[in-house]
Amino acid sequence: MVTLNPEVMILGEAPEAFAPAPPRGLRHRIHVGRFVILLIAGVYFLFPLYAALHFALENDQGHFSFSPLRSIPGQPGLGSAFWLSMRLAGVTVVIAMGLMVPTVVYMFLKAPKLKPIFETITFLPIVIPPIVLILGVLPSSPVWLKSSPYLLALVYVILVMPFVYRSLASGLGAIDLKTLVEASRSLGASWFRTLWSVVMPNLRSGLLSATVLTLALVLGEYTMASLDGWQTIPVWIVAFAQSDGHVTVAVSMLSLVATWVLLTLIVSLDRSQSRRNLRKKQS
Amino acid sequence: MMSVATQRADFTTAVADSPSTGAPVVLDNLVRQFGATRALDGFSLSIDPGEFVALLGPSGCGKTTALRVLAGFELLDSGRVLVDGKDLADTPAQKRDMGMVFQSYSLFPNMTVRDNVAFGLRLRGHRSSQRRERATELLDLVGLSGHVSKFPHQLSGGQQQRVALARALAIEPRVLLLDEPLSALDAKVRAELRDQIRALQQRLAITTVFVTHDQEEALSMADRVCVMSNGRVEQVASPSVLYQRPATAFVAEFVGTSSRVNVDNADGKVRLFSQVVEVRGGAAAIPSGPLDALLRPEDLEVRESPDGLGIVTHRFFFGATTRLQVGIGGVTVKIDVRSSAAASFEIGTRVDVLVHARDVLVTERRPAR
Repeated sequence: MVTLNPEVMILGEAPEAFAPAPPRGLRHRIHVGRFVILLIAGVYFLFPLYAALHFALENDQGHFSFSPLRSIPGQPGLGSAFWLSMRLAGVTVVIAMGLMVPTVVYMFLKAPKLKPIFETITFLPIVIPPIVLILGVLPSSPVWLKSSPYLLALVYVILVMPFVYRSLASGLGAIDLKTLVEASRSLGASWFRTLWSVVMPNLRSGLLSATVLTLALVLGEYTMASLDGWQTIPVWIVAFAQSDGHVTVAVSMLSLVATWVLLTLIVSLDRSQSRRNLRKKQS
Repeated sequence: MMSVATQRADFTTAVADSPSTGAPVVLDNLVRQFGATRALDGFSLSIDPGEFVALLGPSGCGKTTALRVLAGFELLDSGRVLVDGKDLADTPAQKRDMGMVFQSYSLFPNMTVRDNVAFGLRLRGHRSSQRRERATELLDLVGLSGHVSKFPHQLSGGQQQRVALARALAIEPRVLLLDEPLSALDAKVRAELRDQIRALQQRLAITTVFVTHDQEEALSMADRVCVMSNGRVEQVASPSVLYQRPATAFVAEFVGTSSRVNVDNADGKVRLFSQVVEVRGGAAAIPSGPLDALLRPEDLEVRESPDGLGIVTHRFFFGATTRLQVGIGGVTVKIDVRSSAAASFEIGTRVDVLVHARDVLVTERRPAR
């Protein structure tokens, strides 16, 4: 016969039905406490944005004005900086995924014992400052590569490695990779076909989160681009800040919004795909 | 939707006319070592075209490794795999044309049921209409024609395994590999799917290798059962021979239920519960030294007797039969009686134990633990 031990009931995890509801006053205090924490967090994150927006919408006389925003399209160098940043972000995503997806999948399948070593290696770009990384790479690069902006993309691949690895690893951990791969191969699929048709579609959220993190990191990276002498958006912002602070902050705000829109677009792509699948199932 | 029974009847009708499409398979002296463990230690097995062979053994005996070697997912340290007389040493898994059903659910989660079944056909360049037609036909065959547009997560475990079977069959393999496909299913679904797999295999006459640790599955489905232990073959035989004439003590104890009883050599026979009984294989089969006999529950008979040397210690009701455990002469033997006659054998009842087997399997005595 099962007997209830009152001590266990009090000290252990009591079922909901037996848990006494907190008194009304205590519930009120909990709600107020939550609201206060939310308010502090909100102010902490939103106040700098508000201050920047306020400064961006002022003219030199300190009055409200859209003139800093209106003058952005005509700023010298901004268009090329924007285009360079986008190209670097795209190339970085392609190289990072092209290298990391097969490598991580192969390691998960064939050498799972290497995971701890691989994880340690992917941590290195976090502990090595970007300035050390770029100063180490520049003297050892061939001239033809040094003269190309895509050297930055190669270095960015190293920089984003920890984030890409973790996103992919978490995606791979959520599927029965070995069985799926073997099932695909037993049906006649090559390694590439298996990766393309079976692994990657089931790794979509991992790939998307790796892409989002890569884009966010590359679009905001300053140190390496500056030391390599290429004017990406962050480098342009810092350089232009010397001549017109209002326009610079307006561009920063705009780049923040643009990055946010881009990332939202990518995430919504995933959601719309999921919805399409759901509709397909329901039909 | 057709019931499983109706499908079985249809399949059985078709069996007689079906031509043999399976390929002969030879596994020749396979050796595969993982670190210090020898998963396959000179494993050899020959399978006829269209034959259904079960690899049976305890965990770690090498049965799954043997199947994976055949599928091309494991490399060999030495030995040969021949299918249709061709050595597959240099043939990668994707070019072996073997259908495989896995223990865990292996359907591609991003594809519908129909796309899963048609995947292998797409790789072989079949037109879209052909793929649809073939997939529908196979899903009909496994009783899932109403689920073509569903995704794997919308199916039960049994349905997923049936789709996996349809997918494996879609490529018209000459060898079908089944890696414990029923082990994740509940008992009722397992029994249904077991019948369905066997009927399909007979209908299509595909050479089939089925890995299982469940002796009931192996005995009820296979034409021949290969019992494995420590990477080697213990015995390959039909289910009835395996059960009735086990070649080794390991087989006798692993397949079915056996009781081990100390016996004495009596001039080419053995003395067992005061009876003299023939030894299977004759006097030549008696090893030297102390001996044990291995007895099936149905080899023994129990009679109520106030002066009996045995005493009933446990009773297990199995429906039609009841298994009695009887302590006698320091050992415990298991004896099956009809449940209708079991009422008189209460725990503590004194009984006589009689041997009515034609002969018994004798082996070296196991050291006392």
